Amino acid sequence: MLLSVHDLDVHYGAIQALSGVSLEVEAGQIVTLIGGNGAGKTTTLRAISGMIRPTRGRVMFDGREITSTPAHALVSRGLCHVPEGRGIFANLSVSENLDLGAYCRHDRLGIAEDRERALELFPRLRERLKQNAGTLSGGEQQMLAIGRALLSRPRLLLLDEPSLGLAPQLVQLIFTIIREINGTGTTVLLVEQNAHMALAVAHRAYVLQTGRVVKSGPARQLLEDPDVKKAYLGG
Amino acid sequence: MGEGLEQLSHVSDRAGVGAGMIPRWVAPCVVVAFAFVMYASGGFVGDYASRVMLDTGIMMIAAVSLTIVNGFTGQFSIGHAAFMAIGGYVSGWLTYYGLLATLGRTTDLGAEHGWLLLPAAIIGGLAAAGAGWLVGLPSLRLRGDYLAIVTLGFGEILRVLLQQTDRQRFSSQEMSEVGLLGLIVPPDVGGASGFESIPKLTNLAWVYLMVGAVILFAIRLKYSSYGRAMLAIREDEIAAESMGVNVTRMKVRAFMFAAFFAGVAGTLYAHQPGTLLRPADAGYARSFDIVIMVVMGGLGSISGATLAAIVVSLLNVGLLELADYGAMKWRMPIFALLLILIMIFRPQGLFGLREIWDFFRSRDRTGGGR
Repeated sequence: MLLSVHDLDVHYGAIQALSGVSLEVEAGQIVTLIGGNGAGKTTTLRAISGMIRPTRGRVMFDGREITSTPAHALVSRGLCHVPEGRGIFANLSVSENLDLGAYCRHDRLGIAEDRERALELFPRLRERLKQNAGTLSGGEQQMLAIGRALLSRPRLLLLDEPSLGLAPQLVQLIFTIIREINGTGTTVLLVEQNAHMALAVAHRAYVLQTGRVVKSGPARQLLEDPDVKKAYLGG
Repeated sequence: MGEGLEQLSHVSDRAGVGAGMIPRWVAPCVVVAFAFVMYASGGFVGDYASRVMLDTGIMMIAAVSLTIVNGFTGQFSIGHAAFMAIGGYVSGWLTYYGLLATLGRTTDLGAEHGWLLLPAAIIGGLAAAGAGWLVGLPSLRLRGDYLAIVTLGFGEILRVLLQQTDRQRFSSQEMSEVGLLGLIVPPDVGGASGFESIPKLTNLAWVYLMVGAVILFAIRLKYSSYGRAMLAIREDEIAAESMGVNVTRMKVRAFMFAAFFAGVAGTLYAHQPGTLLRPADAGYARSFDIVIMVVMGGLGSISGATLAAIVVSLLNVGLLELADYGAMKWRMPIFALLLILIMIFRPQGLFGLREIWDFFRSRDRTGGGR
């Protein structure tokens, strides 16, 4: 297992956001967390990547415990989190944004290669390299956020709602690209509201509800599951 | 490193390094050249003009250094004068009592003592940076307005503490009576009546050399991966963290760099001819002057802060001319009004995040700073 989460509790003050969440991500797969608003999907990602401290439980990444390791220290170990709302640096150019993706790396040759690969994946970004990132459209910003994350050469990519607020064709494109990224060997843990798309690209899925995992299994199986269909797939 | 790689690599299209622009080493070279002209001219521009240029240069150092914190990392420090005061008092204590002990006097120094300013500035800078570390470490862990509150408080506390210091000693006999420890705890820097007769080591050449040094440092920083990480913090702390930037450490470093150069500026200020170093120099009034310059320059623009320091300093001096018309009481209202007008018409400051040389390049950064 590349990532395993055991029995995670997270509290925001007195409010318990996660209770006993356990999940596993096998290397080379796409695993998705689906669930409604406030189910704890984003919180789970944030607890894994060290942006918040869990009150209980353990997170293991690549055989080593990373519970409460701060986010910045995980990037060089190969775990990169693309936060919700993209988090692009609006007043910096697209090019500078990409450079920041490689902040923890010092292998110039490898960085240049990965940069080229990211720009091949998102040709739109190449046209806009010198433009301020804040002037990009929502879809382009999402492309930049993912492309930038790829420059850290992650082994595990945590994506938080990459389809949020995007036009349907763009959603399609982003999911195609997520699959492509996974095809080159990057493991992906994907949080999505768009359960249909997420289950279509993922290998495994976990369903979260009010801070607990209520269902898990191969994505294809959950796509056919009557409860999941009813609750998240609109019939 | 091959040619092909250089083209592939990100260095070539990084902002500010495009072909056809003014190379960024030009600005500090101009300043250094200017410093040597100042030195050679022996201040033939006249006492008043050279005094104005000294003050302006010192404010340029203060404004550019504060840009590293308020501009690059987007934190809001309003206690910069306190770090200047620490640099000034520490270095002033050293040169004053050092020369009093060795020479028996601190005035009428020959040119052979001029070099003393360099170690004084370095020690003053280091003392201020140390204070910056103490203040920054607890307050920069937190997001939001804490830093503003803490730095404001720090300046005021320092001001009050300086008022409680011991009276100054004026002869080597007095010095030997109190002993070294007596000179240090509490420091004999004159309390509320001020610290006088600090050796007059500051001259235009030193000031503009230091201006060159801080500008060079800030430019190198801004376009390094370090500086880009600082700008990333300003843009979005969570995203910077998720890129692997150690946000707290980077903020503390920026804060210490800024405090170091504030200490240098304070050293220059303390060793200026005709300065009485007073506790009020650490207070908020002076800090706000520096903040005004940084905001007016565009919060993040080095050339903007430099220019704003010149504009504000000259404006202050220029309005003194009102005295000739018996309108001195209108000086501050007019100054305030001009600042308000500038902020209405250029809310992003003179240059925004951009630098003066960005305006000579093709305008492809359509966002144009903020």
